Amino acid sequence: MAETARREFMLGEGSGTGGGSQNLHVGMGPAHPAMHGIIRITTELDGETIVHADVEIGYLHRAFEKECEVGGYNNAIPYTDRLNYVSPLINNFGYASAIEKLLGIDVTERCKYIRVIMSEISRISDHLTCIGASAMELGAFTVFLYMIKAREFLWELIEDVTGARLTISYGRVGGVKADLPDGFAEKTAKAFKETREVLDEVHRLLTGNRIFMDRMIGVGALSREETIGYAITGPLLRAVGVPYDVRRASPYYVYDRLEWEVPTQKDGDNYARYLVRIAEMEQSMRIVEQALALIPGGPINVDFQGRPIDPAAYVDRGKQGKTEGLLLVPITLSPNLQGSERPAYDRVNAQDKRVVLPPKETTYGSIEGLMNHFMLIMEGFGIRPPQGEAYFAVEGANGELGFYVVSDGTDRPYRVRCRPPCLPPMAALHRMIEGEMIADLIPTFGSVNMIGGELDR
Amino acid sequence: MDGAAILDALRARFGAGVVEAHDHHGDHTAVVTRDALPGALAFCRDQPELAFDMLMDLTAVDYLKFPGREDGPRFEVVYHLYSVAHNHRVRIKTRVDEDDAVVTSAVPLWPIANWFEREVWDMFGVRFAGHPDPRRLLMYEEFVGHPLRKDYPIDRRQPLIGPAD
Repeated sequence: MAETARREFMLGEGSGTGGGSQNLHVGMGPAHPAMHGIIRITTELDGETIVHADVEIGYLHRAFEKECEVGGYNNAIPYTDRLNYVSPLINNFGYASAIEKLLGIDVTERCKYIRVIMSEISRISDHLTCIGASAMELGAFTVFLYMIKAREFLWELIEDVTGARLTISYGRVGGVKADLPDGFAEKTAKAFKETREVLDEVHRLLTGNRIFMDRMIGVGALSREETIGYAITGPLLRAVGVPYDVRRASPYYVYDRLEWEVPTQKDGDNYARYLVRIAEMEQSMRIVEQALALIPGGPINVDFQGRPIDPAAYVDRGKQGKTEGLLLVPITLSPNLQGSERPAYDRVNAQDKRVVLPPKETTYGSIEGLMNHFMLIMEGFGIRPPQGEAYFAVEGANGELGFYVVSDGTDRPYRVRCRPPCLPPMAALHRMIEGEMIADLIPTFGSVNMIGGELDR
Repeated sequence: MDGAAILDALRARFGAGVVEAHDHHGDHTAVVTRDALPGALAFCRDQPELAFDMLMDLTAVDYLKFPGREDGPRFEVVYHLYSVAHNHRVRIKTRVDEDDAVVTSAVPLWPIANWFEREVWDMFGVRFAGHPDPRRLLMYEEFVGHPLRKDYPIDRRQPLIGPAD
């Protein structure tokens, strides 16, 4: 018996189901460290080569689109933070712009510049995370630490502006939460100087590194036709030589007034994607530097006709009926609200009472402001775009991030569809990994930069 | 080609197959009948001056509770097309009834339609005839119903592991 089993199953001489060599089925994830938590790939292996792969998603599905339908238009802003949680600002602005398109309103010049600046800072931090994580998965732990250090400089900038690091909720329909803080340009210049040093170090560590090149060049490649057929946008599309970038193809905000290039590569493999991302970070920094030089409005000069007073005392005066001249009194706000004082508020928000909440001084200091505030906050009122539909796309860090919004004329979106930029590459992932070694799955998966929050919504 | 010319080309080719066309907010949109849809999509992709080589997005909208459209066809399947060569866009829509919610699959035209159509089936229960792999995309196979339908209550829970009874 033992001899039969040995001959039939181990040497493959039998005629039963155990005869011959068989492919091995290996499941990766969802709880696999390199699957970033939430993807399951079922692979069929012949030796170490992947013959067939099936990608299963949905482990982080939390009903983003359904939740958007039950609240007001601005209530969805915090949910958009959690789409691509590495560059949440871009999601905020993309969603807000889709609603603005539906309403037919235009945001202020300064607001457009702020949105550009903050989007590009987010894009850099996203690319830093992507390259750092995929380098770490190839064993280059130093690079990961360097990249996260650089991302920290940028997140400090984001924290200065928005008051938060990750779930920033900074965008608003019709504007942004607050103006840029004092000294932002200087801080940015310093952060970029440090980031450039880190990128230079990483460039020297990775770009010509034998191990890194061997693992990346020619791996995970996708042809130009297939990339387009799978509707892949962003760095993966530019890595096959198609210079498509929403910022260039249909410019929004002020991208058409700034000078920058769309970096492309030809080979479409992981190494080309890496080179595109590295080049894009420099372009993003160029955009921010130009935008900071051109941004209108300049520093905030509060008119100190009256002494700044404490917000609580301000409210008390209003309650006591001492409202004479109250609207002209500047109040000292908490540092967390820096940039949301009345003079700054009007510069960064559209002058449209149907959409934008009045500044807090006006709400507390005048009946008109209070009524305006309630008309936007009360159930059944709020922002009410006319019936219709609109699609607005921005260039997210992973490609075209589109929002398709349908309004039925009430204060709640009838339907919000998010076109997630990392879903198409995931749909094509099996094409990238089939026929390659199982170990190559890791750098390919890293170069796709799958972000679960956005993929599964 | 600008959006109006794209809509004209579609109207010229399909005549009554194009039910409605508009350009609200600058998004050029053609609503086509379900029968004309496969032809219209193939026409958009293959006609050299249109050359819509990218299916940018595919989704659906449930018009069950939309004011004024409660009695009409319940679902609208929405295709957002983009042309890399010409840098233009168009939106194609088609309307289907609840009791016959089937649309021809676009997988032979664009491979990305595979996952997008799986998601629409998962979320809305609209079927795509000829789809090679009609599984759910985001929800699990045991899930009952289609969550983005307007009559699916947002607070309904379907835990896979519940308290023992």
